[in-house]
Amino acid sequence: MTINRREFIKANAVAAAATVAGVSVPAKATNLITSSDVTKLKWDKAPCRFCGTGCSVNVGVMDGKVVATHGDIKSPVNKGLNCIKGYFLSKIMYGKDRLTTPLLRMKNGKFDKEGDFTPVSWDAAFDIMAEKTKKTLKEKGPEGIGMFGSGQWTVFEGYAASKLMKAGFRTNNIDPNARHCMASAVGGFMRTFGIDEPMGCYDDIEATDAMVLWGSNMAEMHPILWTRITDRRLSAPHVKVAVLSTFTHRSSDLADNSMIFTPQTDLAILNFIAHYIIKTNRVNKDFVNKHTNFRLGNTDIGYGLRPEHPLEKKAKNNKKAGGSAPIDFDQYAKFVSTYTAEYTSKISGVPVENLNALAELYADPKIKVCSFWTMGFNQHTRGVWANNLVYNIHLLTGKISTPGNSPFSLTGQPSACGTAREVGTFSHRLPADMVVKNKKHRDLSEKLWKIPNGTIPPKPGYHAVLQNRKLKDGELNFYWSMCNNNMQAAANINEEAYPGYRNPKNFIVVSDPYPTVTAQAADLILPTAMWVEKEGVYGNAERRTQAWYQMVEAPQGAKSDLWQLVEFSKRFSIEEVWPQELLDKNPSYKGKSMYEVLFENGQVDKFSINQVPTDRLNDEARHFGFYIQKGLFEEYASFGRGKAHDLADYDRYHETRGLRWPVVDGKETLWRFKEGSDPYVEEGKDFQFYGKKDGRAIIFALPYEPAAESPDAEYDMWLSTGRVLEHWHSGSMTQRVPELYKAVPDALVYMHPDDAKERGMRRGDLVKIVSRRGEVQTRVETRGRNKPPIGLVFMPWFDASRLVNKVTLDATDPLSKETDYKKCAVKVVKV
Amino acid sequence: MKTITNNLVKTLLVSILLTTSVFAAEKHVATLRGEVNIDTQVKPAAIPKVVNEDIKQTRNYPMQPPVIPHKTRNYEVNLNSNKCMSCHSRTRTEESQAPMVSVTHFMDRDGNFLAEISPRRYFCNQCHATQADTKPLVDNDFIDMHTLMKSKESAKKH
Repeated sequence: MTINRREFIKANAVAAAATVAGVSVPAKATNLITSSDVTKLKWDKAPCRFCGTGCSVNVGVMDGKVVATHGDIKSPVNKGLNCIKGYFLSKIMYGKDRLTTPLLRMKNGKFDKEGDFTPVSWDAAFDIMAEKTKKTLKEKGPEGIGMFGSGQWTVFEGYAASKLMKAGFRTNNIDPNARHCMASAVGGFMRTFGIDEPMGCYDDIEATDAMVLWGSNMAEMHPILWTRITDRRLSAPHVKVAVLSTFTHRSSDLADNSMIFTPQTDLAILNFIAHYIIKTNRVNKDFVNKHTNFRLGNTDIGYGLRPEHPLEKKAKNNKKAGGSAPIDFDQYAKFVSTYTAEYTSKISGVPVENLNALAELYADPKIKVCSFWTMGFNQHTRGVWANNLVYNIHLLTGKISTPGNSPFSLTGQPSACGTAREVGTFSHRLPADMVVKNKKHRDLSEKLWKIPNGTIPPKPGYHAVLQNRKLKDGELNFYWSMCNNNMQAAANINEEAYPGYRNPKNFIVVSDPYPTVTAQAADLILPTAMWVEKEGVYGNAERRTQAWYQMVEAPQGAKSDLWQLVEFSKRFSIEEVWPQELLDKNPSYKGKSMYEVLFENGQVDKFSINQVPTDRLNDEARHFGFYIQKGLFEEYASFGRGKAHDLADYDRYHETRGLRWPVVDGKETLWRFKEGSDPYVEEGKDFQFYGKKDGRAIIFALPYEPAAESPDAEYDMWLSTGRVLEHWHSGSMTQRVPELYKAVPDALVYMHPDDAKERGMRRGDLVKIVSRRGEVQTRVETRGRNKPPIGLVFMPWFDASRLVNKVTLDATDPLSKETDYKKCAVKVVKV
Repeated sequence: MKTITNNLVKTLLVSILLTTSVFAAEKHVATLRGEVNIDTQVKPAAIPKVVNEDIKQTRNYPMQPPVIPHKTRNYEVNLNSNKCMSCHSRTRTEESQAPMVSVTHFMDRDGNFLAEISPRRYFCNQCHATQADTKPLVDNDFIDMHTLMKSKESAKKH
């Protein structure tokens, strides 16, 4: 538009003058439609498609299209607000390049790994998938089959996938992309408390006196929680905010105490705080004596690299990384006494007075304190340790499980908690915190699934990083990637993922609404329905389970992940996937299809199609002939009811703005482990960490250990990767919304002006970031929203054409198997 | 008007091209990357300029936060000050002729109107962003509700 304001007013003045003179303007010029049957929108609620905050969104539909979205005023999470991504949800489904037909690489009318993508029917797609699966089963057995799933799957999709793989195909090689994001948090919870997920909830924000961000840029990554933090800080002036990071970012704008530390030294700072609490005699002795134990963890545990890597050969305890031995308080006090303010300041670069001010927030018994963390802790080769260490300081002071006192692990995906963690779509897990290597857990799962004893394999499967290595090594030959974009998201794609996907021994299936980088590396692409094109349940970071109805039809040809998973199971007779001895244990299954055994088992198909409200779309239920979502949900919920993971009845979630589990006697739980607020705490116990048999949480003595790779003479800078506010994860949805694309079109490398100057660079210069593994080209930004210190650069990973993960290192926490995306050594050179 | 027609023609052309390419066999499908292999690096384009015309954009729906039609470099929004409010706050708009922030911004979590902008809306950049002078990589088929209503109205008349 080139018309300016003055011309616009002039043009309108004509119309105004005509009205005054009593002349009617042509009907065409009537500028308002008022008839209610035309202007009416159908509004419905759904959780946001993006991060783990779990905002509720009102979705406006007209003529089968989503035409508007805004924050749900009734939701306790966001109270009518959305971030910029949430406000643009209306447009994420309408990218011009939505996939509408399966695409198979073909040459001369046949599948060919080097062929071009060619449209095929769903039938033909399932044919080739079944053929490749059966071939792999024959040649390699169940271990040759794998799936990479998602914390963006709905609860029933994750559950169906897990059941299909673990019970159907009898492989544990299923892992979610939540491995890249939450695994260290899970490890921390299980190790300290014996039960997963935060004890507190978002209500802590309005009740607290101090908030500490550890490796979390909430202003960009959890914007709506940040509005709650901002609200609390600015409306209650006594409240303090401390922000710890390896570079200055938008969250620093609200900080009373902003601290930039040398990467990896957060471990030392955490131990310093424990030491400070002890030294200033502010340990809550009563709490510590009644509710905690002390243990010394194994050290020198390696870096989760391939076994032949020199660092793994050198590590003493990488085979027993999780080991620990009991100690007492005095031994623990002695252990942390190394971490004086002076020593910690020296290695971290944080001034002593900032460290003391930070420690005082935790030590002062009059201050209620929340700690928040995300990828800074979790994507860390000592991520589980970092989680353990932050719990230490909350446990030493008893500042936990009460309003405003809350160590709070935030999630990055909309259902990282609900689907990945609670359903247990990890290679070692089963629903409700159970694990495959525990016989009792397998027995119970097999009973609930009505499958023969011994069906679920006891050995944990390949986790995310190992899957890419096994693809490269040609050991994982049938691989299905769903609801994620791992060719863009995985670290070190140059050396592992890319050669892995393109290995001629492997057949790679990628399900996605859009042609992503991962789809480009696939052999078969399946067009997929998304978000409100299907019914769903997500679980957010505060244990809130939320449901939504299907509101619009998916584009013709696109099918939901749930439909794909369940429909594919029809392609196998149970004899093709189970050995004879299993079938002999349950002869009634002989001659049945895998679909019948898993999904027509009297449980999943228990609820009639008549229970789907008649005015609702539900493509899956109408296709399979029963209310499949409800059936899957209720079967899944039977794992956790009565075991401190209680979910409400399915229908209730459609009526509420979510409920925080455990939901006991219809009531949600806000603070776990505290008598009076958690129904699982026994009378008179005050606090009870019932995930551990003796009800005591563990305070771990764990040291600072260096990163897997640090800058040296040649690769002289730290590289940290991450996200930006306007794009979510790999940008496969947000990069297709013009306003969000134009807000941040490209991933730039953020650099300190002095570092740029020293290398003869200016803002906008074309450069390459080079590591021992690969390189990526981009442009230099020296004055953007992120302000790295000298010696560190930051580059976000949302940009499909500038793949920073060609450079990153696939070192993981040996305990959680989660990759450290925040630290590797690079050099930046002009192109 | 001429520019609009030109743009429309361009958009149509692009969509025709895209539609045909979906149905033809092709090596590459990742449209955000263009037609290149994963192991190839396209030369990154220069950093685009920020649109600074001060011309309001039509919103996609009434609740959409407007994009910022001007540069915001060096605007401080932090504990000490909020530069955006020096033009967009109620008391400054007469002088600045900038739009006043929406009345929703005065509401607290419980929906009560405060005398000043609610602190929960303090960081403007959580919802509002500038726009780079660049073309989207992929078109978007989102339909404005107004377009749908217009077609229903005209259908009613015939």
